[in-house]
Amino acid sequence: MSGKKPVAAPVKATPKSSYNGPVVVDPVTRIEGHLRIEVEVENGVVADVRSSSQLFRGLEIILKGRDPRDAQHFTQRSCGVCTYTHALASTRCVDNAVGVKIPKNATLIRNLVLAAQFMHDHIVHFYHLHALDWVNVANVLNADPKKAASLSNSLNENRKESAADFAAVKDTVKALIESGQLGPFTNAYFLREGGHDAYYLPAEADLMATKHYLDALKLQVKAARLMAVFGAKNPHTQFTVVGGVTCYEAMTEARLKEFTDLYAETSAFVRNFYIPDLLAVASFYKDWAGIGKTTNFNACGEFPEDEYDLNSRFLPQGTILNNDISKVYDFDPTQIEEHVKYSWYEYGSPKHPYAGETKPKYTKLGDKEHYSWMKAPRLDGKSTEVGPLAQVLVAFARGHKPVVDAVNYVLKYLNVGPEALFSTLGRTAARGIETLVIANQTQVWLDEFKANIASGDKEIYTEWEMPDEAQGVGFVNAPRGTLSHWIDIKKGKISNFQLVVPSTWNLGPRDDSGVMGPVEEALMGTPIFDPMRPVEILRTVHSYDPCIACGVHVIDSKTGQTRKFRIL
Amino acid sequence: MKFSVSHGGDKVEERLAKAGVSRRDFMKLCGTVAAVMGMGPAFAPKVAEALTSKRRPSVVWLHNAECTGCSESILRGMNPPFAELILGVISLDYHETIMAAAGEMAEKALHEATHSEHGYVCVVEGAIPTAEDGIYGKVAGRTMLDYNTEYVNKAAAVIAYGTCATYGGVQAAAPNPTKAVGVREITDKPVINISGCPPNPYNLLGTVVHFLQNGIPELDGEGRPVMFFGDSVHDKCPRQKFYDEDKFAESFGDEGARKGYCLLHVGCKGPYTYNNCPTVKFNQTNWPVEAGHPCIGCSEPNFWDAMAPFYEEA
Repeated sequence: MSGKKPVAAPVKATPKSSYNGPVVVDPVTRIEGHLRIEVEVENGVVADVRSSSQLFRGLEIILKGRDPRDAQHFTQRSCGVCTYTHALASTRCVDNAVGVKIPKNATLIRNLVLAAQFMHDHIVHFYHLHALDWVNVANVLNADPKKAASLSNSLNENRKESAADFAAVKDTVKALIESGQLGPFTNAYFLREGGHDAYYLPAEADLMATKHYLDALKLQVKAARLMAVFGAKNPHTQFTVVGGVTCYEAMTEARLKEFTDLYAETSAFVRNFYIPDLLAVASFYKDWAGIGKTTNFNACGEFPEDEYDLNSRFLPQGTILNNDISKVYDFDPTQIEEHVKYSWYEYGSPKHPYAGETKPKYTKLGDKEHYSWMKAPRLDGKSTEVGPLAQVLVAFARGHKPVVDAVNYVLKYLNVGPEALFSTLGRTAARGIETLVIANQTQVWLDEFKANIASGDKEIYTEWEMPDEAQGVGFVNAPRGTLSHWIDIKKGKISNFQLVVPSTWNLGPRDDSGVMGPVEEALMGTPIFDPMRPVEILRTVHSYDPCIACGVHVIDSKTGQTRKFRIL
Repeated sequence: MKFSVSHGGDKVEERLAKAGVSRRDFMKLCGTVAAVMGMGPAFAPKVAEALTSKRRPSVVWLHNAECTGCSESILRGMNPPFAELILGVISLDYHETIMAAAGEMAEKALHEATHSEHGYVCVVEGAIPTAEDGIYGKVAGRTMLDYNTEYVNKAAAVIAYGTCATYGGVQAAAPNPTKAVGVREITDKPVINISGCPPNPYNLLGTVVHFLQNGIPELDGEGRPVMFFGDSVHDKCPRQKFYDEDKFAESFGDEGARKGYCLLHVGCKGPYTYNNCPTVKFNQTNWPVEAGHPCIGCSEPNFWDAMAPFYEEA
């Protein structure tokens, strides 16, 4: 990660217009799923926001009455971007319900595949879903390839890029523009006639980022393969089962070597490209350290040693309130409730996931009182953000050394204080920090796995019996944040299944008290330069890496009692 | 509507090279596609010719009730990366997951692509919710039902990619709360079904190549190209020899599971599922049965109901 700091201009004043009126972004692209953002702009600044999910699928209704073992396959289809995370949450949830203790190898294999998912997901997010909010591809035509090469190589000692490499990318962009068929870049905001003032990068930095956008497209194929080596395929892994995993092949020399080599290549890309690029781009956009602030955070932690003990996770669980990182509280899932006042459901008072009752009731688009298929989850009544920023803040507040070191490095590089973390820029930086810390730790898990096999332990599955009645919960701190699956088994079948999903926490609507969800809160006060091309809205929305298909659920259960579960 | 294709236009290689696609990588990809199509290596140049028309064919990709796994399969699953070829081979004019523009500017791109004299291929991902006139899914304020009907009917060719777009998929599993359906239910146009959850991306590329050269390939009773979906998973499974020898895993922890025996007794649906997973594999490396997990039958119509419970022998 070592490298020279680029000389950045002083912090810019974020440009804004004098526009007054509504701005609607629908579809929000470069996300998973269907999201509509409606804002009201006053004198060029966002004064009101509604985050509106546009799809309802009804997975929980579909799950009722089915075999609990099958839940993971259904829930994994919540999302093919954060694939595996739901399969893991459901499997942990049923493991918990039936009370099976899985072998050490199974935990390690599940962790290794999840680590690969984090690396893949966050690399793709930064380069392919988020970068075009900050990088002006058209500006590449004004870049000097030689200067781009020296800029890039100055950022990291392991980079050996030549002027010819950058000239070739410049030619690619030129050919694409001249062909008149711009494909995915058609009507991009940065193509605005007269330029788009909200894009600040020097041409050489734009060229560098564009080249790495293309390089990352190739690299992510390998990161996905890394998951498939043990997990069968990506998207939609097929190797977890209640009681462990099925991939005996993972313990063969050939598969271990394949995993080791792909991991080396993927983690090197994280260290040598993703993180230095993130910091270089961030250093030009430091004004965004003051935009996109939210208040409360929760994380359930991830990468367990003991699947049932939230406190055995490598990244710790916790809750941060009122932007105060001097205190960190335990994450208490008994305090989760979901509100529906502003959603397209018949009204009911806030309920814990085990005890809700909901009926879809659509009104219309543009209704300010009912405007989303998502519900509004709250923790102890508070709107809390989940995801990389929440996980990094919790770990930082708990003094988790790898996270503390990475955060301090980033703050020093950008010459900002910890308060800068509470922003769109901080959220995007935290995603990189999380990736780096996980990428480094993966080596430890891989070595542990190899040592365990070498010691003669070849167990990956524990036999178990399906009880007649049981309840269970599974937590995954997914790349997008806190994910929990809740099951109630009666007569050996699913009587109720609930998903409380990261994007619902982050992108859900107002609650019963009218308090906004995190993305709504974060968008307030954002300056807008061009209401036809509101890239500023995309920056903050994309900083959450939304996954809308996950977030859309309906609770359709009989009122039950909140069960006491042993997780802390 | 006419769809313009002129094979092997001028300076194709130069253009591909400019788009960052090396000839070696490109021919490697064409060789893979030829193999998946069941042709010999000599067919690779024919594939190359089909994929290098003078004007890159326009592709409009619609997202409905889905999880984006199908889009991801294309991005993650091909080597050399198909994503690279987006710049040199096709013109991906509308695709919500990767396009730069959003909101009104994205809608404008869709309008331009679907009103171009050159025509477009429409790839559909996801099922279309039809209950209550389609209110359960909207894009840009229009129901998916309305939006798909228009753009599917205008297209030069329609490919339903993935089990949701072909047969309704997971949201159509009983009781199908949103009355989600596959593309064939909303149009009279011929639709090529490439099923799978997700499908194998080579099956899409092979279909496109066939379409560009010889029109719609031969389809089976479920609308799937026979060249990819002609054999059952069981027919091509490397574990079939154990089936023949009566050697089965009876649990995921027994000796049979450790030795890689047939998974029929722990729920494998390979005998009832038509796809080329065992030969083409996923991510160039693996597929469920090789990872010790039974096939769940994901490329069959109504598999969420017909193939479940997944861990019980059918």
